[in-house]
Amino acid sequence: MFSPTIIIEAMINGLLTGAIYALVALGLTLVYGVLHIINFAHGATLAAAMFAVWGLNAAFGIDTYWTIPIVTPAFFVLGYVVQRFVIGPAAHGDDGNILLITLGISILIENALLAGFGSDTRSIPSDFSFAIVEAGPFLLSSARLVGAAGSLVVAILFWLLMSRTDTGKAIRAVAREKLGANLVGINVGHIYAITFGLGCAALAVAASLLMPTFYVNPRIGGAFVNIAFTVVVLGGMGSIPGAMAGGLIIGMVESLSGLLLGESLGQIGIFIIFILVLLLRPTGLFGAKA
Amino acid sequence: MLEVKGLRAGYGAVEVLRGIDISVSKGEIVAVLGANGVGKTTLNKALSGVLPVTAGRIVFDGVPLSGSSTAAVDAGLIHVPEGRKIFPNMTVLENIELGSYRRGKKNRTRNLENVFATFPRLKERTGQAAGTLSGGEQQMLAIGRGMMAEPKLLILDEPSLGLSPLLVEEMFNLVRRLNQDGLPVMLVEQNVVQSLEIASRAYIVENGTITMSGTAAEISANPELKRAYLGL
Ligand SMILES: Nc1ncnc2c1ncn2[C@@H]1O[C@H](COP(=O)(O)OP(=O)(O)O)[C@@H](O)[C@H]1O
Ligand SMILES: [Mg+2]
Repeated sequence: MFSPTIIIEAMINGLLTGAIYALVALGLTLVYGVLHIINFAHGATLAAAMFAVWGLNAAFGIDTYWTIPIVTPAFFVLGYVVQRFVIGPAAHGDDGNILLITLGISILIENALLAGFGSDTRSIPSDFSFAIVEAGPFLLSSARLVGAAGSLVVAILFWLLMSRTDTGKAIRAVAREKLGANLVGINVGHIYAITFGLGCAALAVAASLLMPTFYVNPRIGGAFVNIAFTVVVLGGMGSIPGAMAGGLIIGMVESLSGLLLGESLGQIGIFIIFILVLLLRPTGLFGAKA
Repeated sequence: MLEVKGLRAGYGAVEVLRGIDISVSKGEIVAVLGANGVGKTTLNKALSGVLPVTAGRIVFDGVPLSGSSTAAVDAGLIHVPEGRKIFPNMTVLENIELGSYRRGKKNRTRNLENVFATFPRLKERTGQAAGTLSGGEQQMLAIGRGMMAEPKLLILDEPSLGLSPLLVEEMFNLVRRLNQDGLPVMLVEQNVVQSLEIASRAYIVENGTITMSGTAAEISANPELKRAYLGL
């Protein structure tokens, strides 16, 4: 069997990866919690953000982490504009329409990426991608440590935004009581767009944190979205702490089942969790009771 | 203060308000009375800009309202809705603070003190999730939230609905007190007797139109009203 060191190392690595999963899931659960829609363009948006990071590096030699101050605001604005001026107006208040529109946007983005970059897989190789930190008996990937730290910072900033600022409070208000929000003068369309923009901004950060150790191609989003969706269901649809906890759990499960069953079967653990949650606790860990 | 002329509004093809004329002057409590389903809430929604108006004019404080809820709040027309519509997932304090999201932000701290002075019960519960308050407390919270926006006119939609008789009495006393401090109130109610006791004037709504209006004394004395609403 495996030594405790190897198992604990796998768990730590799983937590580190899980932190990024949480970041990817954050936007999905936020948009669901506030707009009550599932954004089918989430994965394609992540792919677009990863291409943006790759492009900034390839064209201007900007280090992956230094793309964060560029891609994060850019994707916030992009998300804001798309929700405010495309999805919102086209939806006519019908959630069914919104699903189709985000699906359409997803297809549009993927095909634009295919047309622009082809279906090749690209990465940003650097010495840092393979750098290792020795922590006692454990060998940990530096890039994954940075990724987890970055996710943690985003989670804290996010918590501050939602609990301390009027905008964050308005987001939480709109999520549960649209008429009440309207009557205190909150512009619901604006808050929807901010929420959508925040989801895209979180994806942009995730893309920058992922690129040192991952590759990108136009279809990369799908793999992440499947995981993110499991994270969101596990944590409870619309719950932000749920997405955080769910991400860490899923990362660890994936890592451990990869260790025990082999890399190619690692995702089976995730799949089993998904089924178990749906059977035993459909509202998820942090989901509302009713 | 508020001048409404020929107001029409509805939901889709269904017209609910079929030409409403009302006015509220400075310092008044005006009661808008009527049975369930006659269009009182629809009127409030049209006035506060959350429901589009199909015809008519709303002039508030001398300025036509543009028909958006943000414009109504900016102007100081504050609507405390039927069913409270508080934010159940947020704390009492957060709910009250959000009342000044758009208007009254500068004086938030001072107005907060004022709300707590009016509703000491809320001060004891600042950290409690608003959804766990009792019905009466939720109504206080909704009114407190409205007060944070420094209203020039407060529209109260059925504030006594679902409250125990004792609390209903307390609610009407509160409305009277707020008004004595200089706040004009448009009180929308099914509770005819108690509303007429504190109102200076009243309108009776039936089927989307005003069928009767006058001073509270005139309306109270009207034999037709007595028959229809008081069962006398
Ligand atoms: N959101 C809505 N969509 C369609 N019809 C509505 C809606 N809200 C209210 N109505 C209808 O409008 C009429 C007036 O309702 P409302 O204004 O709530 O009356 P009131 O407040 O006087 O009880 C009723 O016939 C009601 O069924
Ligand atoms: Mg009503």
